[in-house]
Amino acid sequence: MKYIDEFRNGKLAKNISANIAREATSLSGYKLMEFCGGHTHAISRYGLVDLLPDHVHLIHGPGCPVCVLPIGRVDQSIFLAREHGVILCTYADTLRVPASDNSSLMRARANGADVRMIYSTQDALKIAREYPDREVVFLAIGFETTTPPTAWAVRQAAFEGLKNFSILCDHVLTPAAMHAILAGESGTALDGFVGPAHVSTIIGSKPYEPFADNYGKPVVIAGFEPLDVMQAILMLVRQINDGRAMVENEFTRAVTREGNLKAKALVDEVFHLRDTFEWRGLGSVPNSALKLRPRFSAFDAELKFGVDYVAVPDNRACECAAILRGQKRPQECKIFGTVCTPDNPVGSCMVSSEGSCAAHYSYGRFRESA
Amino acid sequence: MTGLVKPNYSRPLDIKHGRVDMSHGSGGRAMAQLITELFAAAFDNEYLSQGNDGALLPQETGRLVMATDSHVVSPLFFAGGDIGCLSVHGTINDVAVMGAQPLYLSASFILEEGFLLSDLKRIVESMAQASRESGVPIVTGDTKVVERGKGDGVFITTTGIGVMRNGVKLSGDLAQPGDKILLSGTIGDHGMAILSQREGLAFSAPIVSDTVALHRLVATMLDSGVELRVLRDPTRGGLATTLNEIAKQSGVGMMLYESAIAVNQPVEAACEFLGLDPLYVANEGKLIAICAPQDAQRLLAVMRAHPLAEAASIIGEVQEDAHGFVQLTTRIGGRRVIDWLTGEQLPRIC
Repeated sequence: MKYIDEFRNGKLAKNISANIAREATSLSGYKLMEFCGGHTHAISRYGLVDLLPDHVHLIHGPGCPVCVLPIGRVDQSIFLAREHGVILCTYADTLRVPASDNSSLMRARANGADVRMIYSTQDALKIAREYPDREVVFLAIGFETTTPPTAWAVRQAAFEGLKNFSILCDHVLTPAAMHAILAGESGTALDGFVGPAHVSTIIGSKPYEPFADNYGKPVVIAGFEPLDVMQAILMLVRQINDGRAMVENEFTRAVTREGNLKAKALVDEVFHLRDTFEWRGLGSVPNSALKLRPRFSAFDAELKFGVDYVAVPDNRACECAAILRGQKRPQECKIFGTVCTPDNPVGSCMVSSEGSCAAHYSYGRFRESA
Repeated sequence: MTGLVKPNYSRPLDIKHGRVDMSHGSGGRAMAQLITELFAAAFDNEYLSQGNDGALLPQETGRLVMATDSHVVSPLFFAGGDIGCLSVHGTINDVAVMGAQPLYLSASFILEEGFLLSDLKRIVESMAQASRESGVPIVTGDTKVVERGKGDGVFITTTGIGVMRNGVKLSGDLAQPGDKILLSGTIGDHGMAILSQREGLAFSAPIVSDTVALHRLVATMLDSGVELRVLRDPTRGGLATTLNEIAKQSGVGMMLYESAIAVNQPVEAACEFLGLDPLYVANEGKLIAICAPQDAQRLLAVMRAHPLAEAASIIGEVQEDAHGFVQLTTRIGGRRVIDWLTGEQLPRIC
């Protein structure tokens, strides 16, 4: 397939692999965090670890939308579906995120709640138009990539005067999470970041500059194909060897310094910053999430139904928090692969194929058996 | 006046405009008419025309194989087929990969009130054609009608009976370390044909279901005298799921080569677009064969000489593994597990 096969070429991968092996000479090793779940997935799916020397470590970051969604946020949506009888729409993986009392949106649906899986925000609007007598709530999750479509839907609903449509806004921001990681204890151990692909197509490469300038951590923005990731790792190794800390862009076919200006303007028109937002794993992070601007408050399900957010602690055996901060690896969690599996996830990292635990379980767990 | 009353006359079914109603499942005259004018007319064979509650079949020598399959695919009509021919092929294939010659089918219909008779006729004729082409008659059947809203047009269950070929021993628990794994062609065609139609995705080349009866290909493979150990058709859950089933049954691991597994380009594009892995997408006209290593090349040649397996390839080999992992060497040279499918990737695919 054109524009895809070029980035999955085995021969080129071996060349880059040989370059990394030759150039990664630092005895202290290289600890690189791939922030995005999309990269985690690509690394696991293509078995990239087999192409890297042992002392180049990839640490999975928190960039998986459903992984960082705290239990309290899922509870909120289940409450709306169950107690207010709304039609609750959301993206597929969100349905399986564990909530309180061994529940999830999927289980709530089996118990009679009207929960619907949608592919796009347009589907949610369509449902709202089809059922004018029902309240339709879109559980809006995701990083900067999924925010513009939500903004568009809200603006469209306002334009059409759709009174039965609202959103539970759980959109979060990538740079804020990177700040939180670097400010925490695990941050100092990192040597650099493989920067987001799709997120960066929206926000551009500029927002990562403080990580290079202020924290001295190199960032290389990379596409989601295996060769993108390999090339970004080589670029990071070179920066670290040279003692440089810069934002470099491997994903030039899609990312510019300024990003997608139209999308950014749209998001800015509809949303503004929340003072603080609780992330699973990272705790409460200031200015790390979005909420609707006052002129769109009629579409804010939290206000419309008066549902306040109540924080709920994670399952005590679950290590998702440490895994999301990059402090632990999935296989270091006591319940990994036994109590917690993709079929019966206890923690959110075991839900989506972008989650570190699910990716390692589904693609890489043979490595422990060897 | 005489001559105006025709005591044995009933107006033929209005196939063009008519719809299924509750009387078509009541056991009365309307049902008899539906059976006679639609089902019996299309499936016509000596066993069905016995007209009894069951079919009386000739004596067979040898062990019998029986398989059954329900079909709930949505949409009912798709590029490359429909629920009718799918229900015939699916069951024939289940019997065939056991190593048996399929002989007879039964067909059971659950119809929803209001279903168009013209659509039903298309489906029944497609079944009849598939059955004729395969040489496997539909010898008995049943029809039930459920109220509007309680079904989804039509559900079809078919059951097949076949007779085992002498000396053939195939089973999912016979794979041994060192054996080679062969695949008869491209993967993911059926599932993506259904899904792209459901989602209204249009590609430059349409994705066509691979639904087909495989019993003649199986017969050719068995005739070749190659030491076959396992035959399976990777339907729901795709290649990945079927290989995991075999690995578990045989208590072995497997190593596959990604570069040897063929995927049609539009299927690959659609999977990429929708975030699906073709390894997990359903097929309805492909088979997996596991054979002794020394026979692999000969089996490959036999398969490639058959029109239904021209794109056959050796996709991997069985290996010792206490954990039973099915692994893949990726195109870029890494390794990964090919796990069981989690959750439901594509509902109502067959």
